[in-house]
Amino acid sequence: MRLPERLRTTLRPSNWLGPLTPFLAALAAFVIGAIMLLLLGANPIEAYGAMIKGAFGSPNALADTVVKAIPLLFVGAGICIAFRGGVINIGGEGQLVLGALAATMAALNLRELPGWAIILISLILGTLAGAVWGFIPGALKAYLGVNEILTTIMMNQIAVQGMNYLLRGPLIDPEQIEHGSFIPQTARFPTSADLPRLVPTRLHAGAIIAVLIAIVVWVLLWRTTLGYRIRAVGLNPHASRRAGIRVERYAVLAFLLSGALTGLGGATQVLGVHHRMFTDGSATGFTGSAGFNGIVAALFGQLHPIGTIPASVLFGAMLVGANKMQRAIQVPSALITALNGLVVVFVVGSEIWRRNLARKREVEQMAKAAQTTAQEPGKQ
Amino acid sequence: MISDLITPTVLIGIASSGIRLATPYLYAAIGETFSQLSGVLNLGVDGIMLMGAYAGFYTTFRTGNPWLGLLTAIVVGGLMGLSMAFISITLQAVQGISGIGVYLFGLGMSDLLFKKTLGTVETVSGFSPIHIPFLSEIPVLGTIFFQHNILVYGAYILVPIATYILNKTTWGLKIKAVGQNPAAADSLGVSVAGVRYITVTLGGILSGVAGASLSIALLNVFQQNLTTGMGFIAVALVYFGGWRPSGVLLGSLLFSVVNALQVWVQVLGIPIPADFAIMMPYALTILALVFAVRKVEQPSSLTKPFERGQA
Repeated sequence: MRLPERLRTTLRPSNWLGPLTPFLAALAAFVIGAIMLLLLGANPIEAYGAMIKGAFGSPNALADTVVKAIPLLFVGAGICIAFRGGVINIGGEGQLVLGALAATMAALNLRELPGWAIILISLILGTLAGAVWGFIPGALKAYLGVNEILTTIMMNQIAVQGMNYLLRGPLIDPEQIEHGSFIPQTARFPTSADLPRLVPTRLHAGAIIAVLIAIVVWVLLWRTTLGYRIRAVGLNPHASRRAGIRVERYAVLAFLLSGALTGLGGATQVLGVHHRMFTDGSATGFTGSAGFNGIVAALFGQLHPIGTIPASVLFGAMLVGANKMQRAIQVPSALITALNGLVVVFVVGSEIWRRNLARKREVEQMAKAAQTTAQEPGKQ
Repeated sequence: MISDLITPTVLIGIASSGIRLATPYLYAAIGETFSQLSGVLNLGVDGIMLMGAYAGFYTTFRTGNPWLGLLTAIVVGGLMGLSMAFISITLQAVQGISGIGVYLFGLGMSDLLFKKTLGTVETVSGFSPIHIPFLSEIPVLGTIFFQHNILVYGAYILVPIATYILNKTTWGLKIKAVGQNPAAADSLGVSVAGVRYITVTLGGILSGVAGASLSIALLNVFQQNLTTGMGFIAVALVYFGGWRPSGVLLGSLLFSVVNALQVWVQVLGIPIPADFAIMMPYALTILALVFAVRKVEQPSSLTKPFERGQA
């Protein structure tokens, strides 16, 4: 029996395998994770069960999952712009820190203003700080040809040292000095500057901002000339240049926007979750590696801001679930960091099959086209 | 006060620690030089270092033999390098991103194993200092240069060896040819994939040694995220050094001396914000990338996978 042509096209591997690759990659990572769990003497079903229950099992768990997903979505939405624009921004950690620092300084110095004004100004300053931290590597890359991977790594470290200096010195909580404990953290922000809670859980309004941002990024990239140009530059800088697009300008812009959204994410994090800035000396202490995990979420969402929303929730769930799993069955939550790494490797490693399938399809289509022309010579 | 810093004891101390602390940077960055010269950017160095550091530490902790620890670190580093080679050469994955994956894997995996097998921060007696006869007796210079452990000496010996291999042997020429023009190298019968597999695996081995140098030769402890991003600095040092081992040596010393300075500033309780001192080498690296490196050509196929028949 011959299937209808349309169904056969849909069923062809090249057509359904593409969108599924991230899931297959995650599945592969989880299978390896299960093997690792077995080697550690834990029951994988029990472990993953504890994770799922810990991440989704109650309203509070669900709220925690979304709260963890928020910074990933900000970073991920920014990564969509950067990677689509052909620049690799791995400065997320530094941009988060800078955004949070700017928001912190605003929130601590504007105590007299009404709450909404403090929040608004803090978020804007956080965004601007992130934008500056994205602009520098972007401009160095576009106009001077300096590798952006290296500059962003360096700028992450500079941001961390700046944070350590500020939190151990000028910004330290006066109470810490009074008590002589010198824990490097700021005073608590005025409670009026707390981002509103949505339901009686830890879930804060940052979730709404993050989703709105993802939608805006989608509109920007696929519904505006600006976004079209950013994507064109990312896909083929030479052709874009021939078409009259100022390639450098759009590469810088993509980097700047990416940094800006990440900075906003950092600002949201201090205003919504911690209500103060703190450091353990490293970037991870404050960011929880969100600057890197956001890249994972964006890749998983196929560099599409709307796809990045569920991807962020998934990775947020993994982070929350891992902590609960650690408490339930004593498997260190670091397992999830390792699995995230595997997901990245598998997603980018499986690209080759997608590329090969696409190439095969192209060849098939060309053959088909040639056949049709050969059969109907008169129509030429 | 700042004058406390300018005493002979302190200056000798800073110089001596500077020499010691350059060790991990040197191993990792020289390994990375090989893989970058052949055209592969391995951004997972920090993750491989962490795995090497854990493997070396745990073996030494259990057996009491740092040589066995070093051997395990070499094996683990080599295996991770081989995986990175498979991902970036055979699977042709985007190198900047797959490296982040390898980093996250190493960061999580080393922490997982540490918590599961050790639980708390332990110490080992790693490689002990070897006082080189006669030379270590020289006043000042002896203390600075000739009272270190074997892994420190090894790192410095690696510099001329790497220079020799890269500039004077057929092997070095093949590596550079593959990095500059893989198509031409391929047409002359050089296996592009073969050369790259070897350099990336070598890079992994040296990253493993770099990690072990921290955990069983310099600090003699292991803890979560022991390297705190040193592997990323090592990748940058390769650019900083213009893909030359001697340049890498210079950059490593810059970072390590500033680190040593910061440690002494804290020990002596001198009230200058050390954070700015630590910031310096990073800012300098960016400046070096902007000004100096632009004169040096980077391997033209860096980060570009090679496929026959594809331009």
